[in-house]
Amino acid sequence: MNDRIADIHGELTPHARGTVWPARVDLHLEDGLAEDDVDRWVQSACLLCSNGCGCDIAVKDGRMVGVRGRATDVVNHGRLGPKGLYGSTAWSRSSDRLTRPLVREGGRLVESDWDTAMGRVVEVSRRLLADKGPLSHGFYTSGQLFLEEYYTQAVIGKAGIGTPHMDGNTRLCTATSAAAFKESFGADGQPGSYTDIEHCDAIFLFGHNMAETQTVLWTRILDRTRGEDPPRIVCVDPRRTLVAREAEATGGVHLAPRVGTNMALMNGLTRELFVHGWVDEAWVDEHTIGVDDLRAVVEPYTPDHVADVCGLDADDLRRAARIFGESTAVLSTVLQGFYQSHQATAASVAVHNLHLLRGMIGRPGAGVLQMNGQPTAQNNRECGADGDFPGFRNWDNPRHVEELATAWNVDAMTIPHWAPPTHAMQIFRYVETGAIELLWISATNPAVSMPQSARIREVLSADTCFVVVQDLFLTETAELADVVLPAAGWGEKTGCFTNVNRTVHLSEKAVEPPGEARSDLDIFVAYADAMGFTDKDGNPLISWRTPQEAFDAWRAVTAGRPVDYTGLSYDTLRGPTGIPWPVNDEHPEGTDRLYADGVFPTDTDYCETYGHDLLTGGAVTESEHRALAPAGRAFLKAAPYTPPHEEPSEDYPLRYTTGRTAYQFHTRTKTGRSRSLDAAAPDAWVELSVPDAARLGIDEGDRVRVESPRGAIEVRARVGQVMEGAVFAPFHYGHYDPSGGTPDADHRLANELTMTVWDPVSKQPYFKTAACRVVKVRDGDGPAPAPTTTASAPATTQGRRSVPATSGGAPTSSRVLDETPDYPLDPSRDPGTPTATRRP
Amino acid sequence: MPHLSTYVGLADHSEKTLAESLRAVADGHAAEVDVFHTCHLLAGWSDEHRHLLAPVVARYGEDDVEEPERLHADGLAEVRSGPVGLLRDLQDLHVLATLVQTTWTVVAQGAQGLRDHELLQVATTSNAETTRQLTWLNTRMKAAAPQALIVDP
Ligand code: SF4
Repeated sequence: MNDRIADIHGELTPHARGTVWPARVDLHLEDGLAEDDVDRWVQSACLLCSNGCGCDIAVKDGRMVGVRGRATDVVNHGRLGPKGLYGSTAWSRSSDRLTRPLVREGGRLVESDWDTAMGRVVEVSRRLLADKGPLSHGFYTSGQLFLEEYYTQAVIGKAGIGTPHMDGNTRLCTATSAAAFKESFGADGQPGSYTDIEHCDAIFLFGHNMAETQTVLWTRILDRTRGEDPPRIVCVDPRRTLVAREAEATGGVHLAPRVGTNMALMNGLTRELFVHGWVDEAWVDEHTIGVDDLRAVVEPYTPDHVADVCGLDADDLRRAARIFGESTAVLSTVLQGFYQSHQATAASVAVHNLHLLRGMIGRPGAGVLQMNGQPTAQNNRECGADGDFPGFRNWDNPRHVEELATAWNVDAMTIPHWAPPTHAMQIFRYVETGAIELLWISATNPAVSMPQSARIREVLSADTCFVVVQDLFLTETAELADVVLPAAGWGEKTGCFTNVNRTVHLSEKAVEPPGEARSDLDIFVAYADAMGFTDKDGNPLISWRTPQEAFDAWRAVTAGRPVDYTGLSYDTLRGPTGIPWPVNDEHPEGTDRLYADGVFPTDTDYCETYGHDLLTGGAVTESEHRALAPAGRAFLKAAPYTPPHEEPSEDYPLRYTTGRTAYQFHTRTKTGRSRSLDAAAPDAWVELSVPDAARLGIDEGDRVRVESPRGAIEVRARVGQVMEGAVFAPFHYGHYDPSGGTPDADHRLANELTMTVWDPVSKQPYFKTAACRVVKVRDGDGPAPAPTTTASAPATTQGRRSVPATSGGAPTSSRVLDETPDYPLDPSRDPGTPTATRRP
Repeated sequence: MPHLSTYVGLADHSEKTLAESLRAVADGHAAEVDVFHTCHLLAGWSDEHRHLLAPVVARYGEDDVEEPERLHADGLAEVRSGPVGLLRDLQDLHVLATLVQTTWTVVAQGAQGLRDHELLQVATTSNAETTRQLTWLNTRMKAAAPQALIVDP
């Protein structure tokens, strides 16, 4: 029986390069139940990070009681991580689930019924539409709903109401991934595949602490690094994470740039490729545009100059570049260390540039994985509840808008395409100025997750805006709402979602939702019905009722687009594994990786965007784009490094950066309700480097005050693994306090300190660049509540207090299969697949 | 070449006005944080153009004859408030930047005629960045316009 709190990644199954990743089936059942006790297993996939591990939900007496990994699923080959095992079902039976709608009466939220609650929403919505028009409405959704729900919401917002003010918390986690794809390749869409892990000889992780954020994917990498012919790992991260340690162990490099200087680092790496001739000139000529401009922009970034800006050793930079330049197949992954940091889109685009310069895209082992934070972020981007247009259509292309107008049978003028879609930060600004008077928030908790949270709470509390929140629990955000709608969660409703490498899973309803809670799809449909939204012929705009009907409507609008679902159905998704899009006549079994032919969706009439200036966000026009005649070539886009918006000063001498831990997800709405996970990371902390802690007279576990120009927190200090000058705080902790009596609960919200500032292209807020100061408040009475099994491990040179190892997870089982199942599309099935390069 | 030096002077002067006006709009609309940061960034570009031009100005002399006075546009000493005010201010910046751009265009022509490589280089690179300033202003106006025109109280 494995304690997967102590052993995050579980038993390894090392294997050689180019061979199929073995299967290992992980299982956790609550209350000491055994596999035989389970009444039913219901097909699904884990919803606690973007990895999308296939799993079956265990149902006993009408309740969800655990999960088991699906051995046949291409994503996880049966494995599950601690969050998936311990966090998938425990929340569903919490006594504090919302079971009835709430409405605000005399300043207090009181229990009500659906007719009253929806009646209030509809009354306000109707009045505002009549008085102020569609721009009075804003929608802020999630990265955790299902495809069918996003698509329905997108149609309501874009064709029913006609507001451009739609976005999701995907803006905070994944917007840069989408933006970077669009800038380089013309449209969103993950080029690479997880199967690249089996074929590469180098893996670069850019600002991606995969060992904690996608634990199962990291297990897949460990199974390569511990096997025969392992890849070298290069880690770009200011903390000495497990990834950084693996980089050291595999003969790779750990680069720890100063927070906010990623762009200088990327320009330095790019310049090295040029200087050493690690460029596939013929491929670049044929398949890209912009190489001369790129070469000119990176020219000043010599290793010494970069070392200076980033606080690195120039030789480490050279070594990393050499690994990129001399490996035969490089896989790169990118996450929040880039997406939420200064020059986010430009730095992420620079990762594409490295691959394009070497022609390392579209073949097994040579690929890019721009990751997502949340499990269904991809669907929000595809379906357009986040401001994008459904099917990766270009809002600025009238023909694309016409296609949607035809599909929905509405006047194209209704669809808000006369301005760029409004991003989340601007939506909240419009609420603040009083321009948006109805804000509908679904399945997300901005009061905790948005930057400068005190401001966000003020915005949400103002009485100029009617706030609707639909969620599973009375979150910190729901507490501020005018109407709260109880929603059904994962396993209590049916729908599809798509993971970070385009793999679509069907998640079936396993149990009934509690009380009067309804699926988000049902809630949106009920609103559309009550509002009487109709098409041009007077028929209901939302003609579907069930998830399957919604899926079929969505599938139809993807025809001919890069994100082609036309060959998928609920029936095909009930098979042994999730299926990666595009799935169509040409690719009936799906598509393992994109751009195998080196042709990108950049054609002016086809692309999702005409592109932007990476420094300003200024939009390229259609005629400018046409003049470039991209015709399927990828863009090499360059940007110089600019210093971050807030640099350390005398008053605030340290760099503040926020992030995640392996045991919690988002604002802990689900993971906080799992005893095993909550106990592993029960309360907030900050991490300081050994020299900074010594200078400030701070010892492990001391209570400290961390302050920026915007706010402060008081939590316990972990003297840990961050680089000198940096302070790390996990962002998960608001005042929601599952175990009760946590003394920090009211002053531990990491986003009190962060700034309201965002990337000019992706509009993703920068959570990683703020200046701060740290002072000791008083001696601690024990170690900080930070895990020891992760990047938060205490420094080896310990202070007065010794720190017990994190452990104590409920029992789980794990079984390595003797016979590895057959995985469709997996290039390792065919021993003839060349793992080496087609170009030496 | 009295007129070329006039236009060199105009380029210098109009970039200065643009930089000052960008900063005024940045600080006046600081609550719009993207406007704040981007306008400061763009103002820095205009400073840099003047910096590059300085040796040329020293060579030609900055001839402030009467006529170009009429060409000088006044900068934005004060900003307007509110969403419509922001829109108007961005529009004003666009007018100023357009003056800068046309000035660089004619200066580049003069530099070509005179085979003044240094000046041609300054005019061309500056002009390219002025285009980017104009592009951003356009993009931001487009984003702000519907809300400002239709909903702003
Ligand atoms: S890696 Fe992600 S999707 Fe897989 S089990 Fe863990 S939390 Fe769930």
